[in-house]
Amino acid sequence: MLSRLLQTVSNRRAFLGASAALPLAPLVAGSALAQSSGPVHSAAHFDGMTTVGNVDHERNGFDPNAILTDWDTGTLSIDARGRRVRSFEITAVDIEIEIAPGIFFPAWAYNGRVPGPTLRATEGEWLKVHFTNAGSHTHSIHFHGIHSARMDGVSGAGLVAPGESFTYEMPALPFGCHLYHCHAMPLKRHIHKGLYGGFIIDPDPERHPGDAEAARGRLLGTPENVRWQEMIMVMNGFDTNFDEENEVYAINSIAHEYTKRPITVSRDRPIRIYLMNLTEFDPINSFHIHGNFFDYYDHGTTLTPTSKTVDTIMQCQGQRGIIEMSFADHEPGQYMFHAHQSEFAELGWMSVFEVV
Amino acid sequence: MSNPTPSPKSNTSLALGFPVFLLALVALAVTMFDPLARFGAGLPPDEGLAIERGWTVDTGINVQVRGEGRDPVQIAQVQVDGAYWIFKQTPDKPLDQFDSAQIEIPYPWVAGEAHHITFVTSTGTTFEYSIDVARAETPFNLGTMFDLALIGLFVGLVPVALGLAALPVLRRLGTEGMVFTMALTVGLLAYLLVDTLAEGLELAGDSSGVFQTDVLVWVVAALTFALLMGIGRIGGRPAGGIALATWLAIGIGLHNFGEGLSIGSALTLGNAALGSLLIVGFTVHNLTEGVAIAAPLTRMRPRVITLAGFAMIAGLPAVFGTWVGAFAFLPHWGAIFFAIAAGAILQVMAEVARFIRSLAKEGQEPLANGTAFAGFGVGVLAMYATAFLVQV
Repeated sequence: MLSRLLQTVSNRRAFLGASAALPLAPLVAGSALAQSSGPVHSAAHFDGMTTVGNVDHERNGFDPNAILTDWDTGTLSIDARGRRVRSFEITAVDIEIEIAPGIFFPAWAYNGRVPGPTLRATEGEWLKVHFTNAGSHTHSIHFHGIHSARMDGVSGAGLVAPGESFTYEMPALPFGCHLYHCHAMPLKRHIHKGLYGGFIIDPDPERHPGDAEAARGRLLGTPENVRWQEMIMVMNGFDTNFDEENEVYAINSIAHEYTKRPITVSRDRPIRIYLMNLTEFDPINSFHIHGNFFDYYDHGTTLTPTSKTVDTIMQCQGQRGIIEMSFADHEPGQYMFHAHQSEFAELGWMSVFEVV
Repeated sequence: MSNPTPSPKSNTSLALGFPVFLLALVALAVTMFDPLARFGAGLPPDEGLAIERGWTVDTGINVQVRGEGRDPVQIAQVQVDGAYWIFKQTPDKPLDQFDSAQIEIPYPWVAGEAHHITFVTSTGTTFEYSIDVARAETPFNLGTMFDLALIGLFVGLVPVALGLAALPVLRRLGTEGMVFTMALTVGLLAYLLVDTLAEGLELAGDSSGVFQTDVLVWVVAALTFALLMGIGRIGGRPAGGIALATWLAIGIGLHNFGEGLSIGSALTLGNAALGSLLIVGFTVHNLTEGVAIAAPLTRMRPRVITLAGFAMIAGLPAVFGTWVGAFAFLPHWGAIFFAIAAGAILQVMAEVARFIRSLAKEGQEPLANGTAFAGFGVGVLAMYATAFLVQV
């Protein structure tokens, strides 16, 4: 009789065998147990694996849906020497952002958003980036591009004290999918608190006569480019309790955002993703698409793919590249994409394409 | 003739009121000048969350939590095994100090494996809890209660009754033998006292910091001791015979209630590898408790019904303990029960020691008595040795 209560831990193997049948059946599938109300999409629950509630994007001051496509092309002018000069304005601020429903993070941010503005220029232009530090610590902008040592955004080369400003000048080279981030020390803290963003240099078709068609497809605003569904995805994470491990992972900062509001894409037009990894503490991050394969251009510095027909790629910290794919021959429906580190996926880096 | 001095009564209230008034002034001054302002600037809120009890149910994992920081703590998200999971909090609000809430997480736990739960607050602070071995929930029904009662009987009533059965043997002992047996009892109790206090303090460590349970354990133990000593002396005479045996039974009963709590909660929470052997171990371990109760009765002829009464007082609380422990256990309550038991045990030790002294008057100096010393030592050793049978 006692045996009913006294099943011992030494019986673990017996338990393990029986476990699959045990508590799974009655689990909720709907939103009945979700703590906060709100428009939660049917796919968003993943059988319970999700954050509960929704982030107040208005309070944050930026919307991850808008960040996908809101390229900052700056202002273009022609200087005395006839050069095309593109100017950008960036200000670093201290700001508290909601990175997952109800979880607030004391961020440092370029232009009040994480990731910062996605700078977009054309190969060969001259860039002027006016940087103002309105934050409480020394910051800089360090571009992953070709530039002189004086413009590197490190100590003695554009490190900006609070209240001061600096103008970084450099050519838009090489074309590709790049990024920028603060290079003030301690580096890890300055990056992980939110000081980073995309830096995309479109190829100039005239410089690539052999691949002019491909180059025009990349160059923002050309008829060949307009048919693409382009978006930027910055893979990032947040260590909310400062134990050097991320509590929240995401693309474009907000955990599970694109499961709660899937990204609608059309089957009729190809998809191009500017993907970059700004995750701290973890050496690599990854991208995996469900039910499809893609071509990948590491760093985006080539016009022919560096990997063809893959469904998973990984990037080390600071690595980035361009993903190109199409759902032309697919049924409409929801197609997941996420980090293939299950850990990151379950902590927020989980997303869905709504293919129509 | 009028009396120029105020009545003694108003004099007293004035005398009382003045310090209270001064205290209010001081409080006002501290608030106005706020000397802490420069120390607290920019600090995050003082959040605290105690996780008091976690258990598995058919639909997932339930957790009882309690706010224990100066500022309210808002549970924003819950991770189970490093995955954000849906959850329901009742009541659904930020938890002030002392507030408790229940969290229901519909997570497909795996029997026989460990699960780690992380509560992420609105500031991103994390609080963690582990279910060491997940196992099917023990159903709250008659069958379970019966099984638990049976365990309680084996752990409490049975050994005490068996120990009491040693009474005829004890009767054959002379004064020397009596001194030895009573000293043995003190030895047993000394072991129980330390063990009980340790259990209480361990539970205090598991319970919410807001209750300052670790201090409470000592205070409650001391108060219980003083109270029981006082009650025991109401008659004006130190206890002996039936009265002393009754006190022994009560003290041991309280201890057995605590033991039942531990066993009951360990069984249902699946935190311990309990087996039938452990139950037998407890039975052997607690046999000595019956001997302790029998010791003061050797010079008299108590009725069987009286002995049965002692067995009930000392043994049955284990049954109630397993019930409470299995279904309504919170660590701070457990800690307080153990503290009460510790106080009661100490009182019994004091009474038995006095009894030994009164016995020794017939012989010689009691404290220098080698027999008493040997008895004490054997008592402690017996408990220590049988404790190996009940290591959880």
